[in-house]
Amino acid sequence: MNRIKQKLNEDKKLLSIYFTAGYPNIDDTVSIIQNLEQSGVDMIEIGLPFSDPLADGPTIQASSTAALKNGMTTEKLFDQLKDIRKSVSIPLIIMGYFNPVLQYGVEAFCKKCQEIGIDGLILPDLPADVYDEEYKATFEKYGLINVFLITPQTSEERIRYIDSISNGFIYMVSSASTTGAQSGFGNEQTHYFERISKMNLNNPQIVGFGISNNDTFTQATTHTKGAIIGSAFIKYISENGINELNNFVNPILGKN
Amino acid sequence: MKNTYNINNKGYYGEFGGAFIPEMLYPNVEELRQNYLKVMAESSFQEEFNQLLKDYVGRPSPLYFAKRLSEKYNTKVYLKREDLNHTGAHKVNNTIGQILMAKRLGKNRIIAETGAGQHGVATATVCALMGLDCIVYMGEIDIARQAPNVARMKMLGAEVRPALSGSRTLKDATNEAIRDWINNPVDTHYIIGSAIGPHPYPDMVTRFQSVISEEIKWQLKEKEGKENPDYVVACIGGGSNAAGTYYHFLDNEDVGIIAVEAAGKGIHSGESAATSALGKEGIIHGCKTLLMQTDDGQITEPYSISAGLDYPGVGPLHSHLYKSGRGEFYSATDDEAMQAGLELTKLEGIIPAIESSHALAVFQHKTFNPEDIVVISLSGRGDKDLQNYIDYFKL
Repeated sequence: MNRIKQKLNEDKKLLSIYFTAGYPNIDDTVSIIQNLEQSGVDMIEIGLPFSDPLADGPTIQASSTAALKNGMTTEKLFDQLKDIRKSVSIPLIIMGYFNPVLQYGVEAFCKKCQEIGIDGLILPDLPADVYDEEYKATFEKYGLINVFLITPQTSEERIRYIDSISNGFIYMVSSASTTGAQSGFGNEQTHYFERISKMNLNNPQIVGFGISNNDTFTQATTHTKGAIIGSAFIKYISENGINELNNFVNPILGKN
Repeated sequence: MKNTYNINNKGYYGEFGGAFIPEMLYPNVEELRQNYLKVMAESSFQEEFNQLLKDYVGRPSPLYFAKRLSEKYNTKVYLKREDLNHTGAHKVNNTIGQILMAKRLGKNRIIAETGAGQHGVATATVCALMGLDCIVYMGEIDIARQAPNVARMKMLGAEVRPALSGSRTLKDATNEAIRDWINNPVDTHYIIGSAIGPHPYPDMVTRFQSVISEEIKWQLKEKEGKENPDYVVACIGGGSNAAGTYYHFLDNEDVGIIAVEAAGKGIHSGESAATSALGKEGIIHGCKTLLMQTDDGQITEPYSISAGLDYPGVGPLHSHLYKSGRGEFYSATDDEAMQAGLELTKLEGIIPAIESSHALAVFQHKTFNPEDIVVISLSGRGDKDLQNYIDYFKL
């Protein structure tokens, strides 16, 4: 069974962490993954950097620019990850923009992911209908779960459609924003989390954007399966390095 | 009439186009997609649009027979004088259309991207006209090199926000405008200035600009007794003036379509914006089209002396015209364009925008027959480029 699905079956709230591959240093990828697994997170999103990350705020933009400057490429990332399954068993997702995948070749990319042991992909600018018509069969052939985003503005009809073509979880963007844009959730978000929860979708939801500490993690996961942290983690490793990741993860999970 | 070169019902020109957008933008783009044709067909919309084009922009723009230029190149050259529009270029045709669209969709906040500042000025102008808030994203580097247009936008009441990411030019200003739209999904309309972006933008912009070819047809009929020229010629960055110039001739293969891109310092110099020659199919700013990129799919920085052509992609219509062979594509270097601009100035007393000078450089690449009627889109006036001309020619 796909590692993401196994993890989603566990009776706990999940913490997923995003980092940009090639940042802060080109060769940090494997160490970050190993250290995150040891620090007790449940899932990891490996960011494939892109020159024009439209959906990202300043923190992830800057990390992408730095990673590209450091020499990160699709080929380089695959090379770094080739033995990753010898040392970790945590679910791994590659998150990036569609153009680099298109240039690599969608099928070749998916095949490589399967060889390495990647479990899923998040490509925010690959629209649901295009995926459904052109790429779903390929993703499934290589055992990859594709994750779609929804936002507070997504209509119920479209959420149902996205649910129908998803086979893992739904990435709930907490508010209308790019990544890292806000701090703290208000009533509006709570109502949104509740509203979606009451839809009884087939796929569990994991909340992303705007989560940075135990408060926001708890709020986000009260009505959902888990939460994703990106910008706050990038900021943390920029300032503290990639080794003592417990110091970042424990407070979020409410551990001392 | 065949309908091969127009957009299909899924938003594609051949294999190019579509809407490759993050889900956050879906409601906005979908709202626009569902409404744009309906709104444009309303008689009250048509009336208001046409009235503004006439009384505010000053349309129809003249179709001018350039006698001395024609003699020099031994063919019949007509110039479509978009440079005489209010705000000095074709850009305003589209911003008038889109501001009326935005109002009908109930939007009260307008955002735009700009490179050289022409589209920013055209947007700030219509926002002043309609009393709507206007925020223009502009690369930090472009802000520094286009000071007069920045001042014009500010005087018109727009807020000019610097794009500080990436290369800090047009591509990044577009990214920032898209991010703004993601963060303001309800009250904001994004006026894209070129025939690019997710469907329905390329088609909507093309339709608003199609007044150019609509006028060419009846103007040419008056002057030459026939509606169709042998060639229509335009410069292409993203390609909005070209799209408007070609539109009513797309499916009439008796009319040759010629595009001139910016070769910068030479196509293979590493400093160029000749997208059709250097680009590969990919995704930029929400559409599948030809774009300049690395093997790894990272979008690269173009270069041209003309800020308006300095874009790493090209509208999906133009990718289709290129790929299908319907369009003849050339590229003019900085030097060829500057010389062509100076030549028009000396022969006809018209100082063209450097963008338009690229279209005029077609004569360096193609020889026309004496009886050919060649219509060239003079998309903008050169006032904004005076400093560039002065520096280049050491005037």
